[in-house]
Amino acid sequence: MADVFRKMGSMAINGIWQLGFIARFFWLILVYSGQSFTRIHLTLRELYFSGVMSLLIILVSGLFVGLVLGLQGYETLQRYGASDSLGTLVALSLVRELGPVVAGLLFASRAGSAVTAEIGLMKVTEQLKAMDMMAVSPIARVVAPRFWGGVISMPLLAALFSAMGVFGGWLIGVVVIGVDDGAFWAQMQDAVDFRYDVLNGVIKSGVFGVAVALIAVFEGYDCVPTAEGVSRAITRTVVSSALAILALDFVMTSFMFRG
Amino acid sequence: MSEPLVRLENVRFAYGERAILRGISLSIPRGKVVAIMGGSGCGKTTLLRLIGGQERAVGGRVTVDGQDVAGLGRDALYALRRRMGMLFQFGALFTDMSVFDNVAFPLREHTDLPAELINDLVMMKLHAVGLRGAAKLMPGELSGGMARRVALARTIALDPMLLMYDEPFTGLDPISLGVIGQLIRRLNDALGASSVIVTHDIQESLQIVDYIYFISEGRVVAEGTPDEIRNSADPFVSQFVHAQADGPVPFHYPAGDYATALVGGAG
Amino acid sequence: MSRTTMDLWVGVFVAMGIAALFFLALKVGSISGSDIQSPYLLSARFDNIGGLKVRAPVKVAGVLVGRVSEIRYDNERFQAEVVFTVDGRYKFPTDTFANILTSGLLGEQYLGLDPGGEEKLLAPGDVIKKTQSAVVLEKLISQFMFSKAAEGEPAPAK
Repeated sequence: MADVFRKMGSMAINGIWQLGFIARFFWLILVYSGQSFTRIHLTLRELYFSGVMSLLIILVSGLFVGLVLGLQGYETLQRYGASDSLGTLVALSLVRELGPVVAGLLFASRAGSAVTAEIGLMKVTEQLKAMDMMAVSPIARVVAPRFWGGVISMPLLAALFSAMGVFGGWLIGVVVIGVDDGAFWAQMQDAVDFRYDVLNGVIKSGVFGVAVALIAVFEGYDCVPTAEGVSRAITRTVVSSALAILALDFVMTSFMFRG
Repeated sequence: MSEPLVRLENVRFAYGERAILRGISLSIPRGKVVAIMGGSGCGKTTLLRLIGGQERAVGGRVTVDGQDVAGLGRDALYALRRRMGMLFQFGALFTDMSVFDNVAFPLREHTDLPAELINDLVMMKLHAVGLRGAAKLMPGELSGGMARRVALARTIALDPMLLMYDEPFTGLDPISLGVIGQLIRRLNDALGASSVIVTHDIQESLQIVDYIYFISEGRVVAEGTPDEIRNSADPFVSQFVHAQADGPVPFHYPAGDYATALVGGAG
Repeated sequence: MSRTTMDLWVGVFVAMGIAALFFLALKVGSISGSDIQSPYLLSARFDNIGGLKVRAPVKVAGVLVGRVSEIRYDNERFQAEVVFTVDGRYKFPTDTFANILTSGLLGEQYLGLDPGGEEKLLAPGDVIKKTQSAVVLEKLISQFMFSKAAEGEPAPAK
């Protein structure tokens, strides 16, 4: 029995240690960001790898999620004779929740894991140490650009996901099933408020971007420098990012959409 | 010139409870190539990292060019490192850049030289290691020996005063090994730098270095010029030079009695 | 991958992302909620507000003119007080009637205003006195049942 408590205690202490490390690391990234912003092409390059490379999966998944929402939403709404509200249902669920959350999860597994793997491998092959010995800070040169690349990409990807989803819902609802086009858009515009729904969704995706990017660079930088250590770090990135996204989503939703 | 470039005085170091270095004193004179030898895992690499300021000693003093490395702030340490070059065990080339960009990396990071001048400098460095023709290749396309030479070109890009080599001979075929050995000596003399080689390849080292330190169990156990080492009667040195399996460095990791372990295991 | 192609792709990506944001802002959503110009506050007291919520629409003749900004309970009058923002372009006479209505049978509840014929206009901060409470479905049904029961009672006596 005492063993169980001891284990829980040590887990709690480790968790707090880890949080402290992450916070310190975050601070270091911010401190070195100035240096990496003066050379913007480094960040642009990471924007390419985390943003452009995730584009396809985001657009395709967004489209499919929209199609499914259109079908399921219509199926349910037409029972109450409210199929005109299909646009509202699709748009609100995407803009408020599904867009930021699903795009965040996809981003974590596509771009986050790639960033962890890249930094982890640079650590295994001593590239980070070599850089440090050449008097070039690896945090400024390697970590900060990847962090900002992720932070900037995430809201854009989430917006693309939502837009694509609305398009998918429209495709199923209006083109395939035959819901009235005017009613679809009008009801949607009536119900979706820019500041309350769209802006809050963008804020959410921005917060997810910071969380995923921070976890990804931290796990890569902190990994045990062996092949096994890197693969574990990648797993941890995906798992912790997913947990962080869902937990942060709950917290933010409860603050944003109480009315 | 009398004052050595690097001086370690009674340096101690430990990872947590595990003591790695237990009081090491040695010096690296200017213009010389010094080898530090010892079995695997005896703390040789740690020694280089102490000189480069990547680790801090638990006790003792490490001075480079008159500066106490442990006492330096970040900026001063980085300023010092610009005058040092370190060749890592497997080269540590940046895998996402071409050979040219790898060698140009320190120049672009630390100088504002125009592109043509950087181009000329990189070509000169690559020419020095005989790989001017490989400038466009990616590190993945190089053999182990070539990668090591490219890394060497990158290490000397800023004409450092101190060159550190971490196991430069590991995993190379005899030809590449000879090439690297000759390069280390030639570059040291051409640049007027000082070099430290951490290695366990005794035969190659004896041909190119000026002075050798032997380290075992965190202490310097023997030292001397190559001629002194070849003729040394010290049992440790002769075990090392003649590659005997057993000697002062035991074949067996410290363990309990063999018979007891077998019988005890059965019961 | 050369620098210029990479830059091009990043440019395309950022442009697409911003276009998506504009699409969400203008086509999917409407900026109407924040589009209320020079808003002013009015309020109304009700005996029962039913399911009216903060941010519910305020409509006149079916046109959206504002939103409910606050709902509180007045402990002295034992009434609900509904404060709402109205677009400054619209003015209403002092004998305007405020109703709590439902869009459709099961739709959301909103505040409907019926302008009267008075010359004087409501000033910011004024209270609308003529109000009609929300229709509570349970009350309606029980009233209907009682009246049916009252109609039906004499029958067996005959």
